[in-house]
Amino acid sequence: MPEFQRFSYDVLVIGAGGAGLRAAIEAGAAGAKVGVICKSLLGKAHTVMAEGGIAAALANVDDRDNWRVHFADTMRGGQYLNNWRMAELHAKEAPECVCELEAWGALFDRTTDGKILQRNFGGHRYPRLAHVGDRTGLEMIRTLQDHGIHTGMEVHMECTVLRLLLDGNRIAGACGYDREKGRFQLWEAKAVVLATGGVGRSFKVTSNSWEYTGDGLALAYRVGAELQDMEFVQFHPTGMVWPISVRGILVTEGVRGEGGVLRNSEGRRFMFDDIPDLYKEQTADSEEEGWRYTQGDKNARRPPELLTRDHVARCINREVKTGRGSPHGGVFLDISWIKERMPKSGEYIKRKLPSMYHQFKQLADLDITKEPMEVGPTTHYMMGGIRVDGDSQMSTVPGLFAAGEVAAGLHGANRLGGNSLSDLVVFGRRAGRFAAAFANANGPVTINETELQATATAALGPFDRGLSGENPYQIQYDLQETMQDLVGIVRVESEMQQALDAIGQLRARAERAGTAGNREYNNGWHTAIDLGNMIVVSEAITRAAVLRKESRGAQFREDFPAKDSEWGKYNIVISRSADGEMQVEKRALTPMPDELKKVIEETK
Amino acid sequence: MATPATFRIWRGDPAGGAFQDYTTPVEEGMVVLDAVHRIQAQHSPDLAVRWNCKAGKCGSCSAEINGMPRLMCMTRLSAIDLNMPVIVEPMHAFPVIRDLVTDVSWNYRAKKTIKQFKARPPDAADGTWRIQQADVERVQEFRKCIECFLCQDVCHVLREHHKHDEFIGPRLLVYAAALEMHPLDTEDRVSDLRYLHNIGYCNITTCCRQVCPESITITENAIIPLKERVADRYFDPLKRLFRIL
Repeated sequence: MPEFQRFSYDVLVIGAGGAGLRAAIEAGAAGAKVGVICKSLLGKAHTVMAEGGIAAALANVDDRDNWRVHFADTMRGGQYLNNWRMAELHAKEAPECVCELEAWGALFDRTTDGKILQRNFGGHRYPRLAHVGDRTGLEMIRTLQDHGIHTGMEVHMECTVLRLLLDGNRIAGACGYDREKGRFQLWEAKAVVLATGGVGRSFKVTSNSWEYTGDGLALAYRVGAELQDMEFVQFHPTGMVWPISVRGILVTEGVRGEGGVLRNSEGRRFMFDDIPDLYKEQTADSEEEGWRYTQGDKNARRPPELLTRDHVARCINREVKTGRGSPHGGVFLDISWIKERMPKSGEYIKRKLPSMYHQFKQLADLDITKEPMEVGPTTHYMMGGIRVDGDSQMSTVPGLFAAGEVAAGLHGANRLGGNSLSDLVVFGRRAGRFAAAFANANGPVTINETELQATATAALGPFDRGLSGENPYQIQYDLQETMQDLVGIVRVESEMQQALDAIGQLRARAERAGTAGNREYNNGWHTAIDLGNMIVVSEAITRAAVLRKESRGAQFREDFPAKDSEWGKYNIVISRSADGEMQVEKRALTPMPDELKKVIEETK
Repeated sequence: MATPATFRIWRGDPAGGAFQDYTTPVEEGMVVLDAVHRIQAQHSPDLAVRWNCKAGKCGSCSAEINGMPRLMCMTRLSAIDLNMPVIVEPMHAFPVIRDLVTDVSWNYRAKKTIKQFKARPPDAADGTWRIQQADVERVQEFRKCIECFLCQDVCHVLREHHKHDEFIGPRLLVYAAALEMHPLDTEDRVSDLRYLHNIGYCNITTCCRQVCPESITITENAIIPLKERVADRYFDPLKRLFRIL
């Protein structure tokens, strides 16, 4: 019988990116005994990759900005499917959360009068993103990490969670194993915060690292939590396309915020050709006006390159498919052209976009101050996730909370750039606070030992099958191909039905996955375990995308290319039925209070 | 065009190990980590390697490639002579867990011994601070650190002399410098740097600076100024005299 190392906490936080760390700090401050589990080393989570900035209506650069505008921008970006309560709280609390980071040592770029500087970003009406060059995420995670380690939290690095545990209908903790030795671990807890991030690894071209296999979503789904908005997967318009081995790695929207433009192989700025009605009034008429906007002219409107990500991604996709793409199947993103407009542009670019300069120089042998980059869409972010209460972030399972990318609601059908980092701290803080309160109000839990043992035995299956089992890497690769080709940027019912068939077959293969060697840091074993989660989320994405028969936000249906106001009244909710089948249903939106409707009206 | 290349990878665990050769096709634009992944997927599913972002931003895939401490994800094969086997081995300054993965947890424990950031009271009534960009920039260099620990790997105090219990190494001296030079910080770490972290063990060979993938000027901008602060406080004869008076 497999042995377990046992730990006991008030609050267990699973995931140590921005949301997880912020939740852990808050729960600790409320007096809870906190355990944190991370899949990698501490400080390596995907928050590190966030480049452009953290959105907060500080109004340091443009005093017309306030929470009302930020709220309205977020709702418009999300095509009004957002959980309005979350959008409201987010817009109101983001500024204080940014200041909190500064109080803990984060050093943002400054305005001339010494305040936190803010930059333009797609979908934000005013310059709103506090930033540190183009490595804002690193600054944020390091600040939270360096503050967090002194708050008494116990960190379990490089652990994989196999299962959430229930006591009756209430959460009781989690079990899993450490990667180093493969020892099984039990983390008993009165409340659990999931902060496991996204699902990018289900697709072939992604900005996400190996970790993002939808673990939190699948874990929560299996214990009865509802998932929501799973059809909305954000394809970031600008990922690297060459060399092939770095395909998908992110090129920050900050490049366009600083004046970078998109051109096709004919040299045309194709974004001017297709501006959606919803944004016509806010978009520049000419290249000249767009340039002035990026240089801080408050009377100018933004260039079309800064339209929402879903739209820019589709436009790039269209250019490539109609044969106007770049040599390696992308389009050109050019920041070097600004040399026509300013002296010492090379220095400017290196100062504003240092890690982009570095990334292209080292990985593609290309100097972005002199030549255009080649870019194309990359799977970047999951708008959908665990359905939570807007105030407390608690899921439909008592004691199970979710914050950050793994939770649904804030972003609706499409996320604005910069709203992710603020999401992490605003809702990480809330989840931590409410989880600590839940733990405080509820007594100890009892662990179901039979379930624990069964989980461990099942996890060892890949070793029993050994090399005669299916190669887990090959199954993962085939799943990525399936999702990329059949449930990608442009979707159609027949292809998605094919995808569902393929996912069914992949599930059967995943159950036969095998690996060589022993339990010590065995990547093959880890991949075999991840597959189960990837398959659950891939199925959920596909089923939700099939049901939503319209195009809205990140979901584009070739067979239903128009937006349908009727569909604008519903979220799609996914849950697990008693017999283990995946159920998909329409759920009417909660009506928005009049005062928030008024905010949207007055900021139109 | 794919051409075959040989990778000589160290396989083993704390009990011992050996190099093993793998041949895999190599294409334009590939980095060492791509080749390691190919070998893992095609030949050896249990080959242990640690990685995350694949873009030089997370600092997970540190290893020694042809004897040089480097990030596998940022080492392009086009910059390596592929007529010879490419030697890939784990960092030497830390205990091996398995294959290319080492136990770097000491860095996390050692970091906790450095006094944490302590801000001065806010400058404005709304609880915020006013800082000039120039003051931010001085420290931002240190805050670029991705904690890959390659500087720790190459530091002879750790690598050759195993002074992990007495010396915090270049990464954590950079961390201390970022705190000491932070425009808002009010904590004093000078005494700790001398007595607890033994900054004096560093004899400025600049090996750490040479391997930093973020090109942080570790020695000149971080360690030497900290040494100066220590010298200023404890070894300045005039100040000593004043203290006696």
